Amino acid sequence: MNTVKRALKRLWCTIRRLSGDDAYERYVAHHAAHHPDAPPLSRETFFKQWQDDKWKGVKRCC
Amino acid sequence: MNNLLKNMTWLLIAVIGAAGVGGIALNRGEQINALWFIAAAVCVYAISYRFYAAWIAAKVLVLDETRATPAERFDNGRDFIPTNKWIVFGHHFAAIAGPGPLVGPTLAAQFGYLPGTLWILVGAVLGGCVQDMVTLFFSMRRDGRSLGQMARDELGPIGGAAALIGTLAIMIILIAVLGLVVVNAMKHSPWATSTVAATIPIAMIVGLYMRSIRPGRVLEASALGFMLLLLAVVAGGWVDHSAALRGLFDHEGLPLAWMVIAYGFAAAILPVWLLLAPRDYLSTFMKLGTIILLAIAIVLLQPMIKMPALTQFIDGTGPIFGGKLFPFVFITIACGAISGFHALIASGTTPKLLSNERDIRMVGYGGMALESFVAIMALIAASVLEPGVYFAINSPAGVVGKEAVDAVAKISAWGFPVTVEQMQLLASQMGEATLFARTGGAPSLAVGMASIFGSAFGEGMLALWYHFAIMFEAIFILTTLDAGTRVGRFMLQDMLGNLWPRLGETSWTPSVILTSGLVVGAWGYFLYIGVIDPNGGVNLLWPLFGIANQMLAAIALCVGTGILIKSGKLKQAWITGIPLTWLVLVTSTAAWEKIFSEDKRVGFFAAANDMAVKLAAGALPPEKAAIAPQLIFNQHLDAWLTIFFVATLWVIVFDMLRVSARHLTGKPVPPVSESPHIPSRLVEEYARD
Repeated sequence: MNTVKRALKRLWCTIRRLSGDDAYERYVAHHAAHHPDAPPLSRETFFKQWQDDKWKGVKRCC
Repeated sequence: MNNLLKNMTWLLIAVIGAAGVGGIALNRGEQINALWFIAAAVCVYAISYRFYAAWIAAKVLVLDETRATPAERFDNGRDFIPTNKWIVFGHHFAAIAGPGPLVGPTLAAQFGYLPGTLWILVGAVLGGCVQDMVTLFFSMRRDGRSLGQMARDELGPIGGAAALIGTLAIMIILIAVLGLVVVNAMKHSPWATSTVAATIPIAMIVGLYMRSIRPGRVLEASALGFMLLLLAVVAGGWVDHSAALRGLFDHEGLPLAWMVIAYGFAAAILPVWLLLAPRDYLSTFMKLGTIILLAIAIVLLQPMIKMPALTQFIDGTGPIFGGKLFPFVFITIACGAISGFHALIASGTTPKLLSNERDIRMVGYGGMALESFVAIMALIAASVLEPGVYFAINSPAGVVGKEAVDAVAKISAWGFPVTVEQMQLLASQMGEATLFARTGGAPSLAVGMASIFGSAFGEGMLALWYHFAIMFEAIFILTTLDAGTRVGRFMLQDMLGNLWPRLGETSWTPSVILTSGLVVGAWGYFLYIGVIDPNGGVNLLWPLFGIANQMLAAIALCVGTGILIKSGKLKQAWITGIPLTWLVLVTSTAAWEKIFSEDKRVGFFAAANDMAVKLAAGALPPEKAAIAPQLIFNQHLDAWLTIFFVATLWVIVFDMLRVSARHLTGKPVPPVSESPHIPSRLVEEYARD
C-alpha cells in the first residue's frame, strides 16, 4: 500500500515538475539558498517573468 | 551467471527484432500484423541504444560524468537548472515531437509500407538519433550555445550565416505546409472547423486562468482546458447537426486559408501568455496522451496491415506527390528518421537543463528514438486503411478528377478497389460530407486512428474519435504555426536590427507589426498558392519542406563532423560523416530532379513550361487560366528556392571540408571553443542514488 502511495506521489511530482506547476516553489527554494538577504518575487510576478522567458527561443519543432 | 543472463536477453531482443524486420521485409502476398512493426521497431531501438549509443557515448564523445555541466555552473533557477534526467527527457521529447512525424509517413505510404518503415528505422538509429545526441553534446560543452553560433565559432562566418538563413527558410515553408494540412482537414467540414475554432477561445481562457485568476497553477488550468477541448469536440457535432450553425463553419479552402493567415498574424502580436503558452500546454498534454493511447490501442487491437509492401508508384507516378522512391521517400519522411529542426532544440533549451553529461545518451539518442516510434505508429495508422480508401482520401482532385465516380474509377483501375458507396458510408460514419481529395495526411491519419480507437474502445463513437484526432492534429499544428511565426519574427528582427537598431527591439510595436507581417506574409503566400493549386499544394510544398529540413540536418551534421575532426577524432568522424554523406546525396538528387526533371509533376520548371504552353494555346478552362500566371510564377520561385537550398548545403559542406583539411594539414583553423573542464560537485549525490 505504502509503495503504491509513494509511487503515485512520485508520479504526481514528475507531472508537476514537467508541466512547470511547481516552478514557483523551486524558485523560492533556489532563492532562499542563493540570495537569502533579498525577498523573493511574488508568485504572480515570478510567473509572468518565467512565462515570458520561456518563449524567447525556439521552443517547438515540426 | 548474471552476465550470461544479460547477454541472453540481448540475444533474444536481437532475434525478435531480426524476425520482425525480416518478416516485414520478406512478407509477400500475405497480410501482416501491425504488431510485427511495433516489435521490430522496439527491438531495433533497444539494440542501437544499448550498443551503438553506448559506444558513441563512451568512445567517441567520451562523456565525463565528473565534469560540471552548464546547468550546474550557471545555475540561476531560470533557464540554467540542473534537472533530473527523466524530466529533461520529457521536456526534450515534448519539444521535438511535432506534427512532422505524423504527416510525412502518412504521405510516404503511397509507396507501400516497406520503404517508409525501413527508412524510419535505419534513418533514426544511424542518422537522426546520432545527430540529436552529438549536437546536444557539443552545445552542452559550449555553455548551451545555439547551432548558428556553433557553426560560426567552429567553421567560420559562412557556416554561421548559412545556418541562420536555413533556419528562417525552413520555418516559412514548414508553417505554410502545416497550414495547408489544417485547411485541407477543415475544408467543408463544419464539425472540424468549429472544433478547431473553439480551441482559440479555450486557449485564451486557460491563459487568463494561469495569468490572473490562479497565477502559475499550470496543471489546474490545463485540466480545465482539456475538459473544454473534449466538450468542443462534442459540441462540434451539435454544430454539424444544426442547420443554422452549419453555414457559419462550412467553407471552401481559400477563405479558410485567409482565416489561418489572419489567426497567425494575431497570434504573433498577441502576448504569449494569452494564446501561445496556454495552447502549448494543451497541445503537449494532448500529444502525449494521444500517442500513448494510440500505442495501447495498436497493441490491444493488433490490426492487420492492408497496404501492400510496395506499390507501383515507386516509379514516380504517385498521385499524392510525384517522384521516384529514391530520393523522394527520404525527403518525404524527414521528421521521424532525421530532422534538422531537432538540432535547434538540442542546442539551446535542453543542454541548459542537463545535470550530468551521461544523461545525453538517454535524452539525445533516446528522445529521437521515441519520436521515430511515433512515426512508425503514424505509418501503421495509414497502412491499416484499405489502400483504395487511403488513395481516395489523399489523391488531389486535379489528379483523379473532381467527381466521386471518376475518382473511384481511376483509383480502382490502379488496382486498389474502392467504391463510391464505401467512401460515402465511411464519410457518414466519420460525420463528414465527403472524404475525397483531403490531401495532406491529417484526415487519412484521423480515419486510421478513429478506426483503431473505435475498434479498441467502442465502435459507436467513430465520428467523435475522428474529430478528436483532427482536433488533436490541428491543435499542435497551430502551436507550431504560432511558435514558428514568433521565432521567425525574432530572427528577422535580429537581422533587421543590424540595418536599423530600432527594428531589433523586440518590444517596439511598429517593428513587431512590421516583422510579424513580413513573416506571416511569407508563409501566407505559400499557403495561398498551395490552396489554389489544383494538383494539391502538398505535391508542391512538402518536397520543398523535406529538402529544407534535410539541409538543416546536413548543417548540424557538418558542424558535428567538423568538431569531431578538429578534436582529433578523424577515425570516428564517420558516425556523423555517413549520415551527412547520405543526406547530401539524397537532398542533391531530389533538388536536381525538382529543378531539371521533364516530368511536370516532379520538375518545377517543367510544370511552369507545361502550363505556359497550355495557357498560350488556350487549352485551359477559364477558372484555371485565371490563376495560371500566379502558378507559373510560383513554380519558378520554388525552383529558385530549391537551387538556393542546395547551394547553401554545398557551401557549408565545402566550408566544413576546408576547415577539416586545414586542420589535418596543420594550418590554422578557428580553435575548438569548448568550455574548460570544471569538476562537478553534484557527483557525490549521483553516486548515492
